[in-house]
Amino acid sequence: MSTALDNSMLTLVTFIPLAGAILLLLFPRRDRDIRLFALVISLLDFVLSLHLPVHFQRGQAGFQYEVNNLWVTNPNIHYHMGVDGVSMWLVVLTTFLTPLCVLISWKSIHERVKEFFILLLVLQTALIGVFVALDLFLFYFFWEATLIPMALLIGIYGHGRRIYAAVKFFLYTMVASMFMLAAILWLYAKTGTFDFVSIQTAIHNGRVENFSGAALWLFLGFFVAFAVKVPVFPFHTWLPDAHVEAPTAGSVLLAGVLLKMGTYGMLRFNLGLFPEQSRSNASWIMVLALIGIVYGALVAMVQPNMKKLIAYSSISHLGFVVLGIFSFTQAGLDGATYVMLAHGVSTGALFMLAGILYERRHTYEIAEFGGLATPMPVYATFFLFIVLASVGLPLLNGFIGEFLVLSGAFRDRAVYGIIGATGVIWSACYLLWMYQRVFYGKVTHPVNLSLPDLSGRERAALWPAAVAALVMGVAPLLWLNAIDPAVQNVLAPFAQLASKMVKR
Amino acid sequence: MSGPNDIAQVIPQAADYVRILPEIVLAVFGMIVMVLDPLMDERRSQQTLGVIALVGALAALVATLFQSQYPGQGFWDMVRVDSFSVFFHFLVAAITAVVILASYEYMAVQRIRAGEYYALVLFGALGMSLMSSAVELVLIFVALEISSISTYILAGFRRNSAISSESSVKYFLLGSFATAFFLYGVALMFGATGSTSISIIGDALRSGRIPMLAYVGVAFMFVGLGFKVAAAPFHVWTPDVYEGAPSPVVGFMSTAPKAATFAVLLRIVFEADAPGRVWLIWVVAALSMTLGNIGALVQDNVKRLLAYSSIAHAGYLLVAFAALPNNGIPAAMFYTASYAAMNLGAFAVISHIGGEGERYVTLEDYEGLGRRNPLLAATLTIFLLSLIGIPITGGFFAKFYVFSAALQANLVGLVIIGVLNSAVASYYYLRLIVVMYMREARVEVPVSPIPVGLGAALAISLAVTIYLGVLPGRVLDYAAQTAVEWAR
Repeated sequence: MSTALDNSMLTLVTFIPLAGAILLLLFPRRDRDIRLFALVISLLDFVLSLHLPVHFQRGQAGFQYEVNNLWVTNPNIHYHMGVDGVSMWLVVLTTFLTPLCVLISWKSIHERVKEFFILLLVLQTALIGVFVALDLFLFYFFWEATLIPMALLIGIYGHGRRIYAAVKFFLYTMVASMFMLAAILWLYAKTGTFDFVSIQTAIHNGRVENFSGAALWLFLGFFVAFAVKVPVFPFHTWLPDAHVEAPTAGSVLLAGVLLKMGTYGMLRFNLGLFPEQSRSNASWIMVLALIGIVYGALVAMVQPNMKKLIAYSSISHLGFVVLGIFSFTQAGLDGATYVMLAHGVSTGALFMLAGILYERRHTYEIAEFGGLATPMPVYATFFLFIVLASVGLPLLNGFIGEFLVLSGAFRDRAVYGIIGATGVIWSACYLLWMYQRVFYGKVTHPVNLSLPDLSGRERAALWPAAVAALVMGVAPLLWLNAIDPAVQNVLAPFAQLASKMVKR
Repeated sequence: MSGPNDIAQVIPQAADYVRILPEIVLAVFGMIVMVLDPLMDERRSQQTLGVIALVGALAALVATLFQSQYPGQGFWDMVRVDSFSVFFHFLVAAITAVVILASYEYMAVQRIRAGEYYALVLFGALGMSLMSSAVELVLIFVALEISSISTYILAGFRRNSAISSESSVKYFLLGSFATAFFLYGVALMFGATGSTSISIIGDALRSGRIPMLAYVGVAFMFVGLGFKVAAAPFHVWTPDVYEGAPSPVVGFMSTAPKAATFAVLLRIVFEADAPGRVWLIWVVAALSMTLGNIGALVQDNVKRLLAYSSIAHAGYLLVAFAALPNNGIPAAMFYTASYAAMNLGAFAVISHIGGEGERYVTLEDYEGLGRRNPLLAATLTIFLLSLIGIPITGGFFAKFYVFSAALQANLVGLVIIGVLNSAVASYYYLRLIVVMYMREARVEVPVSPIPVGLGAALAISLAVTIYLGVLPGRVLDYAAQTAVEWAR
């Protein structure tokens, strides 16, 4: 388990896209070559990243493929990377979605093509970095680094109100992550290290001075940064704007991966570093998550804009993840992780589908369509399949995660489970209703009659997502047997906490 | 102080001259430029003198390296070569070299006669270098004046522009007023402790009860120096002067004299253990950060925007002065270096885009720059991100060290103000980035290709900005030596 390849794997997977971006800088502005090169790089990265699950020691709980080198002596920053069952799959999700993003942007991006793919690849590096970093400083660095390419992608290649959306996105997340930075600095000042594992053990053994007084604030500092990213209910207003204005590839990565940075952060840092505070704050956080589930679904229901509908559905689905995380049950956390992955695949695919339609008609208004199943049968089939996956039909990927989350939430408190379960119904309502309005009935607008069906390239982008949705629904153990030990590890302090409370 | 009692002590030794070697080099090259200027044909002088000045700045760099082998006092303990002075000598000489590179083509574009300009830059650098190695208040004053007078004149160098002359006069009047404050403070300090030597003052202040006069003296000196670094509430001159002065000069005077003045402040604050420093600096730092950032929010002129940003950065830097010496000194030194790199770079870009007569300096002129000149836009973006304090740029670690030094001194309130301010600041830097990339040009702004000198200046600032952001260790460790040396 410690061959040279294993040790350098995470570094390779993280930085290959960046290297590709730097090479792209030197390319002449021949758009075709640039697209092809970006595709090759992202595919190469995907193939390499498959090394991680293939050689992963499934039974083990701790971090694997670790590298830990000194980077800067003062402050004591290490180049410390490693993955457990949760972060590994998020890395693979990122590398899986990026080639699809390249494919889906093939024709829709025709100006400043070179810059687009450079930004996309830089974004990929930053995203992977967030999931593999085990040094708080390194984590913060990648966290912030995702911001700039994403904001530029929205601001340059987006639609009408793109600048407003880009600035709003940037400021929201930037301001929120300041709080996290403050908390990280506090931890560093008291422990002298940024290393996640060392800080965790220091806190666990009570070796951090003044910790009990500051812990709540530290917890909140991290939580706010993550809550804005997820987004948890009152912090969600940037998301619909960002999604509606973003180019398709931007939306795919935003919904598919960027939002998961927030939930991953909660799981890793809020639960990992501050178990007691997580426990004591769980009730209001779960209420916010439930509000997010129901509110997101209700708002999605009335959206006239297809992309905004999907955006609000993300708020609803991510509510499940937060609910699962703060249920502190094995099933809840397993489910939360699974929803993250499933949502990444199916919502990513939904955004691609919406983007395909936008390329043809330059609108996302649901009222502009109707009866599309007639001119575009293949497209309609793909769309239905993904919608069903997203709704949570058994045997498709959405079901497993939501089921686990809900069973976890029930175990924690029945009423949470009941309210959460309504979210599943709501999502069936708004997605199927949208599907009905767009695809069934007669073609109301004559323009739509002549819409071409999917091209080979578009099919190539959609097939992998559809297959993944099916496999994830049929064989969840492939994923869960790696996730399970990692989650157990996260939950270990909670079991002790519970027994401590019983003894009192 | 070992007074010059007999003849052997009156004559300076060779070692004394080594202690001021970089200053000698700068003076010699400055004079060469001045002498050659009238002898040469105007068209040729432009380039030749630029090259000579550049060689002078680089020679000063080499002299600094040579000098660093021989640390110690010189000239009857008036100058001292230690790792601190070497750090700032190196910084000033490097800034000077970059500024000369950045001005190389600017002079021709603006039709400015170059001879005096280069000479003044070199003389200014002389004063600034001396400020960081002088350990005696009167000599510091002399060095301060040498540097100030050069920059007063440089600020007015666009002679055919009224705003430039206004800038120069304003800077001169207010600046002289401020130096008068400084001198008054020196006099009071002498009255309080009986010496003008920083180390003796430090011993006197540490040994017993601190006389009231010393507090007043420190406050007066602080007013004078606060003016030079554009700290609030002594900052009102900054936007007007920066707007009027030629852009490369602004790049110069927002970095080199500032670095030198911060060096003086560091010596006074930490080596002399200035009384009452913490609350004084607390207030000034908080005010500078807040007023600078709020002022910058509403600017449409890029030079004014960066002027306000430089006020804010002076505030961040001052936070380090309120911290404990062993963290505060290296943090402040690191900040000056990384601020110098990113600000010089930003002004180099601005001076190029400004064009003849610096006509294109509003936000509107930057619209669509990302399309017209992607390289220039990307470079400016990196400098702006560094000014915001985004990781892998020097600006991030600079802020990081300052704030963590302050946290270790339990200045939580000041850190909160600083962090909130950095969040506000990201807005206006971002505005410029947004304008460059996301808006289409409404006015046709010609952008000529990047000339060699400017390209070199940009490449150096960019490399340093990134280097400090990726591997800050070496510079910080070097700066940390100072704290160790001073603690002895």
